[in-house]
Amino acid sequence: MATLAEDARPGLEEGHASASAARDIGGPILALEGISLAFGGVKALSDVSFDVREHEIRAIIGPNGAGKSSMLNVINGVYRPNAGSITFRGERRAHMEPRRAAERGIARTFQSLALFKGMSVLDNMLAGRNLMMKTNLLLQALRIGPALREEIAHRKRVEAIIDFLEIQHVRKTPVGRLPYGLQKRVDLGRALAAEPRVLLLDEPMAGMNVEEKQDMSRFVLDVNDEFGTTIVLIEHDMGVVMDLSDRVVVLDYGRKIADGTPDEVRASQAVIDAYLGVQH
Amino acid sequence: MPVQAGTLDTFPKLLLEHARVRGAKPAIREKDLGIWQTWTWSRLDGEVAALAAGLARAGLARGAHIAVIGANRPRLYATLIAAQVLGAIPVPFYEDAAAQEMVYVFRDAEIAYAVVEDQEQADKLLEIQPECPALRHVWYDDPRGLRNYHQPSLASYATLVDAGAAWLRDHPGFVEAEAAGSSGNDTAIMLYTSGTTGHPKGVVLTHESLIASSRAYAQLEALTDEEEVLAYLPMAWIGQNVFSYAQWMVVGFRINCVESSQTVLTDMREIGPTYYFAPPRVLEALLTEVTIRMEDAGWAKRRLFRHFMAFASRVGARLLDGKPVGALDRLHYALGNLLMYAPLRNTLGMSRIRVAYTAGEAIGPDLFVFYRSLGVNLKQLYGSTETSVMVCVQPDGAVKPDTVGPPMQGVEVRVLDSGEIVLRCPGLFREYYKNPQATAEAKDAQGWYHTGDAGYFDAAGQLKIIDRAKDVGKLSDGTLFAPKYLENKLKFFPYIKEAVAFGDARAHACAMINIDMPAVGDWAERRGIPYSGYTDLAAKPQVRDLIRDCVERVNADLARDPKLWGSQLRRFVILHKELDADDGELTRTRKVRRRFIAEKYAGIVEALYSGAAVCAVDAQVRFEDGRTGNVRAELAMHDAKAFAPESARAAA
Repeated sequence: MATLAEDARPGLEEGHASASAARDIGGPILALEGISLAFGGVKALSDVSFDVREHEIRAIIGPNGAGKSSMLNVINGVYRPNAGSITFRGERRAHMEPRRAAERGIARTFQSLALFKGMSVLDNMLAGRNLMMKTNLLLQALRIGPALREEIAHRKRVEAIIDFLEIQHVRKTPVGRLPYGLQKRVDLGRALAAEPRVLLLDEPMAGMNVEEKQDMSRFVLDVNDEFGTTIVLIEHDMGVVMDLSDRVVVLDYGRKIADGTPDEVRASQAVIDAYLGVQH
Repeated sequence: MPVQAGTLDTFPKLLLEHARVRGAKPAIREKDLGIWQTWTWSRLDGEVAALAAGLARAGLARGAHIAVIGANRPRLYATLIAAQVLGAIPVPFYEDAAAQEMVYVFRDAEIAYAVVEDQEQADKLLEIQPECPALRHVWYDDPRGLRNYHQPSLASYATLVDAGAAWLRDHPGFVEAEAAGSSGNDTAIMLYTSGTTGHPKGVVLTHESLIASSRAYAQLEALTDEEEVLAYLPMAWIGQNVFSYAQWMVVGFRINCVESSQTVLTDMREIGPTYYFAPPRVLEALLTEVTIRMEDAGWAKRRLFRHFMAFASRVGARLLDGKPVGALDRLHYALGNLLMYAPLRNTLGMSRIRVAYTAGEAIGPDLFVFYRSLGVNLKQLYGSTETSVMVCVQPDGAVKPDTVGPPMQGVEVRVLDSGEIVLRCPGLFREYYKNPQATAEAKDAQGWYHTGDAGYFDAAGQLKIIDRAKDVGKLSDGTLFAPKYLENKLKFFPYIKEAVAFGDARAHACAMINIDMPAVGDWAERRGIPYSGYTDLAAKPQVRDLIRDCVERVNADLARDPKLWGSQLRRFVILHKELDADDGELTRTRKVRRRFIAEKYAGIVEALYSGAAVCAVDAQVRFEDGRTGNVRAELAMHDAKAFAPESARAAA
């Protein structure tokens, strides 16, 4: 008698395969050395170095204006640092290019959402896979032959993410009509659709209520756990950061003032001073 | 064609028969990853066989209880049958029950085995395991998030099936032998009643009673194996069990498991069920959504909608009942069907419905008439967990909004002098589990089951239910007071979600009201009234006026009733929070627990009757994650106008 244990459960196969090793944190996948960034005379980052290990959740925290978002923009190539180097998956460069970052497996979500408001959730997430679409525009427009097969494959992956993020009920709803918390989730889904090795999350919980934060924390942990995705996270909510992260780097006025496990960071005098506003 | 009676007296035997007769036909579908995945009867049979073998290997024995917890999923349905193959008794749980609420049942039924849907349910069971030492095995269907769990009691459903399939290869014929050993007298399932008072009681139902009830329905409605049924209600509810499990097994039609509780409307439209079962609250939610969307529509569409719905309420139900209708009206209705009714039925996913039932609570007459006038053959029935939902059902052609129909074939119904309904039927439960005292109270020596409902037979021999027998009371001047009757009248307004009426042994009747957040929120937005949340919105003076208008319309309606005019609502209050099952104010099937509310909000009730203008409240609320918090508010009491009874006006 045939059983159904195998089929009818088409999860994220590849994700599951790599996932068995998911939480075995590996070597550094991304290393930043001596990064400095200045806008005219304003120093956003000065000589910051840290690394991100494969499969870990790495948080960047710091008071407002500490240079956290600038750091993410350096990682995905939007800003070019004035000094320092970035090593990603063994490849060392002076700076990253946005397109190259995306192709090599870096995806990000944005503090202010980056979604097509008039398009459905499904289409937004399919758009997140555009770099992986190989057939040409004409075939895609006509939906014939290889383009159709390709679209089916992409749709399958996107559906798995929709299932994962529990947004089946809004699959075909235009994003602009969704509440903010759900839009944030869709933004995460769009980033996940690119099947990133490293996911940069810029304040994923900003503006959320307690319940939405709990949901989002759950999803961040699950992404890391199920797909083995390395996560670099900026977040203001200290409770969230300390619960989620494996390691935390603390920036203040563009300098790194602490780096370590949540407990080490919590105990650091420099961090306490920065947050309580001791005179420099 | 329904499976014939005879030797097929248990669900396992029925499954084997279906696999033999219609093996290649679809049995159950599940929407997964946006696509309907189909299991045929033989595939289901294969899964059940492997699962039963796996459970037997794990030690599940005849007569033991096994918990089944989760949403409607094919693997959980397979678990129900697999347990029954072994003569074990499945005990389904409401998936949204908090962990602590499960403890009682796990201890009462000494449950050692559980099959759950996902991490959420597994977490609950791991949490209560120290309190339920009997619980030894938990199998989960969806492995997501559970990889790092290393509890020895936890394993995946897949491993259970794999082990069973491997063992079966050396032991062919195991399932057939087990199934052949089952008898109609065996317990098929145990369902816990939500219990408006005290602990839940385990209702023991046999294969015989469930199958008798299902055959009666199949015969009455001429059900075939081509019916499409949507499985979206909780598995722990008797309605779901009879209509999507027992009847499914008896008739061999197809059940379709929705993707999630929030996609029901879309999934229903995709499936187009032919046979549909919905409690009134679901129908009400659908109507509310239609109303809101119509308000958003353009001027012409709104006019069209109003015109044709008003016309349909006059003619539609008569057409459905086969009563005489003039040629011009027929033409008018046909035009309405083209422009409005058919598209609306399609939007609601009701285009193919042959028979639809509603039960569980009284339905507002206007709500009921709305669906019937659209051409949906919606009928009411009466039954309970204890009777396998087999008491009364409305026959085609004799459907009234305020009755539940004549008794079904083989059912004897009597109304006691106290007004309570008692009955005997083949679908009757065997007993309350380990509770002979409650069993004796509910079922007397002659086998009459005391329903606890009050009602009477109307002139046409149809049963009319007015309230729970114990809730029907009298005002201090002796006027009849049926709280549910008032509450239902209030709840028919789209702006009112819940209402609780008080009045027994009081001078007059009063009500607590919950506004319907989407409907009132939309209403407020349309008028540019800003609000921050439920509590704020409920306290707005404009909302007070809106609700007062609803209350006064109920009063005007009551004034026309020769018996109930005295119970018009003199005062009301709009509650600061929504009544919630998590706070114990509603049962899991969302019935108001009136006594509990009267105690919990004693201060508000006093304020209603003392004539005070405001009442300070400090209520504890329980969040979905089990934490508790406080809500403080100052609640205003409002007066409502009462009307002179029609008889008095006529005399004046």
